[in-house]
Amino acid sequence: MKAVTVALAVCACLLGVSVVLAQNGKTEKLPVAAGPKYDPVIYAELQKAPEKARNRPNPLENDPDAIAAGATLFEQHCAECHGNAAEGSRKAPSLLVPEVQSATPGTLFWVITNGVVRKKMPVWSKLPEPQRWQLVRYIKSLGGPAPAESSAPKL
Amino acid sequence: MTSAFRLVLLSFFTLSAVAIFSPSFVLGQESPYIVAYDHYLEEPGNLEIEYFSTFGTQRGGNDFHAFWAEFEYGVTAWWTTELYLDGQSTFNDSTIFTGVKWENRFRVLKREHFINPVLYMEYEHKSGADKTLKEGEGHDVEADFLTPNSEARKEHINEIELKLILSSTYKGWNFTENTLAAKNLSNSPWEFGYALGASRPLALKAAAKRCTFCPQNFVAGAEMYGGLGDRHHFGLHDTSHYLAPVLAWNLPSGWTLRVSPGFGLNDNSHQFLMRWGVAREITGFGSMVSRLFGGHK
Repeated sequence: MKAVTVALAVCACLLGVSVVLAQNGKTEKLPVAAGPKYDPVIYAELQKAPEKARNRPNPLENDPDAIAAGATLFEQHCAECHGNAAEGSRKAPSLLVPEVQSATPGTLFWVITNGVVRKKMPVWSKLPEPQRWQLVRYIKSLGGPAPAESSAPKL
Repeated sequence: MTSAFRLVLLSFFTLSAVAIFSPSFVLGQESPYIVAYDHYLEEPGNLEIEYFSTFGTQRGGNDFHAFWAEFEYGVTAWWTTELYLDGQSTFNDSTIFTGVKWENRFRVLKREHFINPVLYMEYEHKSGADKTLKEGEGHDVEADFLTPNSEARKEHINEIELKLILSSTYKGWNFTENTLAAKNLSNSPWEFGYALGASRPLALKAAAKRCTFCPQNFVAGAEMYGGLGDRHHFGLHDTSHYLAPVLAWNLPSGWTLRVSPGFGLNDNSHQFLMRWGVAREITGFGSMVSRLFGGHK
């Protein structure tokens, strides 16, 4: 019984330490919201996408339901950190800034798939590929109307 | 009921209450596996509270119901830590607390690859009456479970367990392969085991509206696991093996339900294991705790 109590206490302490560690990470340096104060360096990961990935077209570019489905997915998986309107929070940067909105769909897909693990964004490859493309459609839609026509292949 | 078991129940119900009444939730995109692990870790700052139950048949003895609570926390995007509290009821015998486990998983590579390795390290303090069958290892066989709880619980086991998790995702399918090495710290040989899994969501595209019964909320697959002997007698001799279809249902309310009927593949295995589990993810748990201690709002 004593060993169990000690083990539980140790586990509780370690859990507490890990919670504190999680909160004292680099998130403090992230911009609170889109605007003149945001730090463009935070978006450097977008530049790391390989050319082949950058040039991938969104196969759901002409899917009429993709934006609505992407909005639902965003609310479920992304809004907690990026904010309900993708405006950014202390945990994660805004997705409304020019760096994101001018990025190619393939670049956004690559970042969603690979995450930015060292900066607390998990990999999202557990979402099936079509759902990640739906997310890309939604994110791009936040910066203006989606292109009407595209030669993208069907998924 | 022992005070230890009351402590387990109290902890579980307290945290379950937090989970139920917490306004922050997220739709889990959980894998359906109960024994195997894939390479996806808990999102940073999120806490997932899970309860699992295993009913097992026992030839020559009493059937049993083993259960455990899991508290899984995402420390960073590359480190997940997890606390387990285990117990079991053996029919016509007794209900006892059987041990605690502390598990850590570390993602090795910072980007997604065709094969994604994750390192797993666990410390376990359990009694000989543990029946959770959370992994197959060494020469564990069905006959080991015949010892009455009053005798089996006298044995105390301190064990470390290491796993290499190799997981891939291809066209919506997840394939995972886990190899296991476990060492009882009381001068026993290293024991080995394996788990394999494959799963896929029933639909790859998301529906435009939130829905409960949409096929993309269901993930189905199968897992197989068993022991591989120990350092002195490596191989399949005197080992048990199981094959289990698995199904997870990720509800929009933030709950995940899992069910998995398992079937023993040889005479050393329990003939039938019925597993089910329920989980709920609390987003921003780390922030909530941080605020309690005067951290950022």
